[in-house]
Amino acid sequence: MFGHLSYNKQKLLIIVSFLVIPLSLLLLLTYYPATKLIYYSFTNWDGYSPDQPWVGLANYKEVFENPDIFRVFRHNFAYFVMGIVQNIVAIYFAIVLNSKLRGRNFFRTMLFLPYIMNGVAVAFMFGYVFDTTNGSLNLFLNSLGLSHLSQTSWLGTEGLVNYALASTGFWRFMGYNMVIYLASLQAIPRDIYEAAKIDGAGAFQTLGRITLPNIKPVIQLNLFLTVTGALEVFDLPFVLTKGGPAGASQTYVQRVIDTAFAYNNYGLASAMSIILLVFVIAILLIQQWVLSRGGKEA
Amino acid sequence: MNSIMNRNKNTNINANTHMKNHVKTLIKYLSLFFGVFVVLFPPYVIIVNAFKSTTEFNTSSTMALPQSFFNMENFQVVIERGRLLSGFANILLIIIVVLCLNILFGTMVAYVLGRFKFRGKKLVFGAYIIATVIPSITTQVATFGIIKGLGLYNTLGAPIILYVGADVIQIILYLQFIRNIPIDLDECAMVEGASLFKIYRSVIFPLLTPATATLVILKTISIYNDMYIPYLYMPKQSLGVVTTVLMRFQGVNTADWNLICAAILLILLPTVILYLFLQRYIFEGVTSGAVK
Repeated sequence: MFGHLSYNKQKLLIIVSFLVIPLSLLLLLTYYPATKLIYYSFTNWDGYSPDQPWVGLANYKEVFENPDIFRVFRHNFAYFVMGIVQNIVAIYFAIVLNSKLRGRNFFRTMLFLPYIMNGVAVAFMFGYVFDTTNGSLNLFLNSLGLSHLSQTSWLGTEGLVNYALASTGFWRFMGYNMVIYLASLQAIPRDIYEAAKIDGAGAFQTLGRITLPNIKPVIQLNLFLTVTGALEVFDLPFVLTKGGPAGASQTYVQRVIDTAFAYNNYGLASAMSIILLVFVIAILLIQQWVLSRGGKEA
Repeated sequence: MNSIMNRNKNTNINANTHMKNHVKTLIKYLSLFFGVFVVLFPPYVIIVNAFKSTTEFNTSSTMALPQSFFNMENFQVVIERGRLLSGFANILLIIIVVLCLNILFGTMVAYVLGRFKFRGKKLVFGAYIIATVIPSITTQVATFGIIKGLGLYNTLGAPIILYVGADVIQIILYLQFIRNIPIDLDECAMVEGASLFKIYRSVIFPLLTPATATLVILKTISIYNDMYIPYLYMPKQSLGVVTTVLMRFQGVNTADWNLICAAILLILLPTVILYLFLQRYIFEGVTSGAVK
């Protein structure tokens, strides 16, 4: 095909024909919505009527002045806390699985298993773990003799529900983090460890001076994913508690979706989306800055 | 005398480090088995209850084993009433179409950006990089209107176009891989008179196969597990995919744990089986998608 054309003509033809569809999709589904979103955020459009009245910064003002909206981030905070714990546990298991051990593959396979499971199925599965009367967690606590704990309504208590939900996320994603940490640990050359051993370094020294510094970029990447993941949580509380009890487990994205599709307040929802987007980009910039500074030190 | 004491001391230290190592190994295994227990505990509850009849479920403990693992009644009910098979068929169709288009567009863009110099290349490249930063969940409010405007709302086209167009991970992945394919190969083929299209089709595309394998794995997992897009864009009953079918079934049968457990089990099974067979590739795919 095209063999008779000069390479310059072929090149032009290939560049244009290979880029036209993917680039139009990118513009249509990423950049066009992003600009539309900015525009909507200055209107109080209801999502269907033809006129989109301009309201200036009123939506942004409402987001910052209505304490109800920002308070939702407190629910997201539980996911952040559990995310940090999840990373620590993942590093621990990665280090354990990186040492000489019988059944390494078995343990790795098992600990990673939850990651490939369907999120909605996992959410319902944990509904049965956390159920007050028939839930396996309470039955289990009861069988351990902790009967005073075994009456807990894990998903129905305001202070507990977000941590119960976030621990489901922990269950699902710990293995994923662990496998990534494990891969970066395996990239550390063995002779560094042997040299340290000869020099008489203890286990904690080896961990603090060799292991952790060597996987620092991966830790930073995972922490970034933890923070943005915590900001963007949606499906778990949506499926399992519908944001209840009384809105105690409603996350920010869920609030955005409700504002747009349930209350038809597209303008406000757009402003909320833009603010979330700014947060995510700010965190990314901070991460880049920290990474590049770390590079200079080394 | 002195030397004997020294030797005693030495063996004492040896015994001590020996003990220490044993304790360390013990802690390692205990923590690993505890981890495995925590992972398997929730699925265990699902498995045992999926095989119980309603009366059996009501009279036995949630954690007790079923009377028989051959009681398939719940699964029959789920498949008939829950439209589970159409859920599987829809998601399979979506996955296949999306993967084909992703592989095609991904390799095409990577070939152009990885091999040619042209005006505006930096702009195109930057557009893809910035797109990775914008989480699509934040722009959904505006995307919804676009999908409606295209007439794709409540059709299989909505998730297909969104998974193909709004996710740019495949571009980044292929770009990383194409850098490692020596440009000499292109030049050799050119000397032999191959057209640029032929180079793409017969040199670049086949050599990108490892990246394609990674892409297939990552995308299949993420599409099969996605709830957000099918829920938002395909509320029509007949267009249910596994996640939305399960949500609807749960909504109608909230009290029938044994039925829902059977539904959960049926939905978990395909990916778990695939995982157990393809785990080596899945680990490679997950790590190459993240670490690089």
